[in-house]
Amino acid sequence: MAANGREGRSLIAFSAPNALQTTQLMVFPSPISLLKLALCLYGIGVVGSLLAMRRDRVANLAGFGSALLAGMLGVGASVTALLCGSPAQGGAFELWPSHVPLVTFNARLDPLGAFFVLIVSLLAAALSIYSFGYVRGFYGRKNVGVLAALYNGLLLAITLVFTAANAFFFLMAWEIMALTGYCLISFEHEKTETRNAGVLYFVMSHIGTGCLILGFLLLFQAADSYSFESFRALGERLSPGRRDAAFLLFLFGFGVKAGIVPLHIWLPEAHPVAPSNASAMLSGVLIKTGIYGLTRVLFDFMGTPPNWWGVTVLTLGTISAVLGVLYALMEHDLKRLLAYHSIENIGIILMGLGASLMFLHSHHPVLAALALIAALYHTINHALFKALLFLGAGAVLQATHTRNMEEMGGLIKRMPKTAFCFLMGAVAISALPPLNGFVSEWLTYQSLLQGFGTTESLVKIMFPLSGAMLALTGALAAACFVKAFGITFLAQPRSEHAAQAREAAPTMVWGMGLLVAACIFLGLFPTTFLNLLAPVTEQLIGQPLPGFLSRTGGLVLGNTQELGGTVSTLGLALMGICLLPIPLVFWLLFGRRSQVRVGPTWDCGLRGLTPNMEYTATGFSKPIRMIFKALFRPRREVQREYDYSPYFAKTLRFQSHIEEAFVTRLYRPLNRGILRMSRRMRALQAGSIHAYLIYIFITLLLLLMFAL
Amino acid sequence: MIRFTEIALQLFLLLALAPLVTGCIRNWKAKLQNRRGPRVWQPYFDLAKFLRKDMVISEHASWIFHATPHVLFISTLLAGLMMPLVSVSAPLSLFGGVLAFVGLLALGRFFLALGGLDAASAFGGMGSSREMTIAAMAEPALMLAIFTVAITAGSTNLSQMLLASQAPTGQLLNPALLNPAHLLAFAALFIVLLAETGRIPVDNPATHLELTMIHEAMILEYSGRYLALIEWSASVKQLVLMALLANIFFPVGIPVQPSAAGLGLSLLWFLAKLFALSGAVVLVETTNAKLRLFRVPDLLTAAFTLAALALLSTFLFQ
Repeated sequence: MAANGREGRSLIAFSAPNALQTTQLMVFPSPISLLKLALCLYGIGVVGSLLAMRRDRVANLAGFGSALLAGMLGVGASVTALLCGSPAQGGAFELWPSHVPLVTFNARLDPLGAFFVLIVSLLAAALSIYSFGYVRGFYGRKNVGVLAALYNGLLLAITLVFTAANAFFFLMAWEIMALTGYCLISFEHEKTETRNAGVLYFVMSHIGTGCLILGFLLLFQAADSYSFESFRALGERLSPGRRDAAFLLFLFGFGVKAGIVPLHIWLPEAHPVAPSNASAMLSGVLIKTGIYGLTRVLFDFMGTPPNWWGVTVLTLGTISAVLGVLYALMEHDLKRLLAYHSIENIGIILMGLGASLMFLHSHHPVLAALALIAALYHTINHALFKALLFLGAGAVLQATHTRNMEEMGGLIKRMPKTAFCFLMGAVAISALPPLNGFVSEWLTYQSLLQGFGTTESLVKIMFPLSGAMLALTGALAAACFVKAFGITFLAQPRSEHAAQAREAAPTMVWGMGLLVAACIFLGLFPTTFLNLLAPVTEQLIGQPLPGFLSRTGGLVLGNTQELGGTVSTLGLALMGICLLPIPLVFWLLFGRRSQVRVGPTWDCGLRGLTPNMEYTATGFSKPIRMIFKALFRPRREVQREYDYSPYFAKTLRFQSHIEEAFVTRLYRPLNRGILRMSRRMRALQAGSIHAYLIYIFITLLLLLMFAL
Repeated sequence: MIRFTEIALQLFLLLALAPLVTGCIRNWKAKLQNRRGPRVWQPYFDLAKFLRKDMVISEHASWIFHATPHVLFISTLLAGLMMPLVSVSAPLSLFGGVLAFVGLLALGRFFLALGGLDAASAFGGMGSSREMTIAAMAEPALMLAIFTVAITAGSTNLSQMLLASQAPTGQLLNPALLNPAHLLAFAALFIVLLAETGRIPVDNPATHLELTMIHEAMILEYSGRYLALIEWSASVKQLVLMALLANIFFPVGIPVQPSAAGLGLSLLWFLAKLFALSGAVVLVETTNAKLRLFRVPDLLTAAFTLAALALLSTFLFQ
């Protein structure tokens, strides 16, 4: 394969992804030029929408139109880079010349970066289509030009994060991403909860960035350069103390962004308050930048890890998964529920990454590649179905003007297409066959099963136990989405707004439909999609795909290790369609004369059911709340107003409240401690200039002593 | 690859045997309670009656109500097609192993829970809520027990798991099967069987009181042929889970090379194992009372502990 990754058009030999042995020559623009064009389009989007600030429609079209085009170009660039790029193409190229010394704007499109650029571009395209219809709800109320500019800015920053080739550029793009994220979160800043959420996100993001800066400085000390190329396999050359410190700093820094427990408290506050297309982008891609960072550092920079790294990541992943889904079950705010589910899925991704690290330590590169593929497959799956769910929630929010599930209901008859898309997202996130969530959880289970035979130590018990916890989170996620879909869309409407909801705008449905199609594709055709993941594991672990995953005839996904297994979602789906005539046959045999009548629901002989009598979201999750009482510590308050006897109450008021364990046990005491310490230190600020001069003198003395 | 005769035969076996197992359990439970009880063939007549009857559909129901019986029926049959019943390899063993099996049963349960919420009745919501909670508590025990067996067998493919515990030719039962890990995993999976099929002590399949019903609550609004499909699916699910217990843990009499006589003998052995398991279920149902809903997690945590012990035994006695 010949590839020239520089400017302009070049001939690239394109070898067909399946078992065909012929190679075809195709004239194709190089991935790098496509990527540069996409970045330019994002920039044009920012400028264009700001210029058209006064005219909402023009700003909408300009901003989201250029984002759509840029997204499509990004998909093209990343897919071509993954399918027919050679390692030489991963070389760094300069985005634009910088006149500042020490700072170069170098970017590169290596397989790992290309995979994540694929995720962000695909989401950009789908979300832009959705946004055409969605931001019409903001016309006249808010500044659509600013929203579109921030959206394009965020996409630009994220794409730069994935393609940055040196630490400086990476951190600059990281900061721009954090700032535009903050602006998007605080877009509806009239509300107090939005402002608080934005500030919390801002503070946590910068704590994380601080740790990242320290980590990169540690790496710089050993490599004497900032470029990622020089960081490659740097971990081997670092002393164990610095290596572990770097690991912890990067885990903390990227963990804040990814939303790992216990650094996740900003996620459930920030994601619900942003506009829904921004929420989808935040949950779909922003937290994946943390995963990208962790993968880049742990697999590219650090070399062979010690065992406790993998154990830590696996444990954190398991805890995040279980806690995320448990708190999600307690929510009746639709978008907060989805935000907690993001924490759960990040936990599942981390389980794959942790398992991969443990396999790298015990020198099983084949198994490490399998676990890494499971983690990366789940990354793109989560981006797709979480964005789909947030878009559906946005459509529902626009139609019913409330995020509270307890006021919705019956929307499946009023918004059928949105309901169908949300259902597909719910089935995908609950890891049910034959959609994509099932495939990536299958891969994760397979990699966890392998772990038992790899080591002799007690650590190997962790693998099946993590598998059992993964099963728990899968089942709890299914319960949560039965609640979310059932209470929101089924039964009777519980409020006037829900009864008068209207179907979402056509472009919104198309945006969601694109994501549904992507979920179905990744679910039914994992064998084809793995072609895109193969170069990533080859780059990071050096293990080519056919070594451990077989794809018989493009149909069946098989694990060819000692502990093997096969699955074919396409086969199951086709077989299921073939079995459909069986109920028909029985109906023809027995029930041809039976009729179907429509009648009222069984109401025990009362005068008919009112929406009050339906099941509520809080009631649905009550059994789980009772079972996990020790974790949730629910506080409930019942107030009864009565004249003669408490059994004949006039009014009854019930309040139930759950506060997150980490907020009450960790962050509040930490906050109070910091405030207490700062009050003590205020004594230093005596107000007398003589005291201040003495402080300066002492500091100078100490610095001179330290330097000499 | 896929042979359609095998699929047709396995489908026939699943659909024909499932009501018989349900009928046997009801009849023996009655006999144990000193009643005469319904005849063993009664479920067949019930299914025929339901198929013939009119349907009344709630005015609040949506397309989910209509889709649920079909999705449940098909996913349960697909799961059944992946389970080796009388021969070593199931028809769809290439399409999925035990993980796809659990996933398909979960898909059916997801839609059943949605169907329960669809009719806007409080019974349905309650049934859905309890069913999903119990399923969530049962999943870790199920997975851990399955993992134990898969690790010993070397694969998640059900046919492989069966082959791994097969006896050497000449012997009836592999003596290696009597190790603690195997028996503990069997015990854990038996408790999970009770939970998944809605038997006492987890759920009472014969009640319609709102405080006590779980599965019945979700299907309260169904009638006519939809009810027939749902009841049939529940029986098939019970049969398939019993086959998991019977064939994977005690693969007695399963021929390595399928011949007509071998398959016939294997069918007789399978029926014998099914009746033994049904007898055990009847004994447990008759001698226990239904647990309070908030005691069920204790039972399932006990199952999880048994499965964890099974895993530790694999580790210790390797």
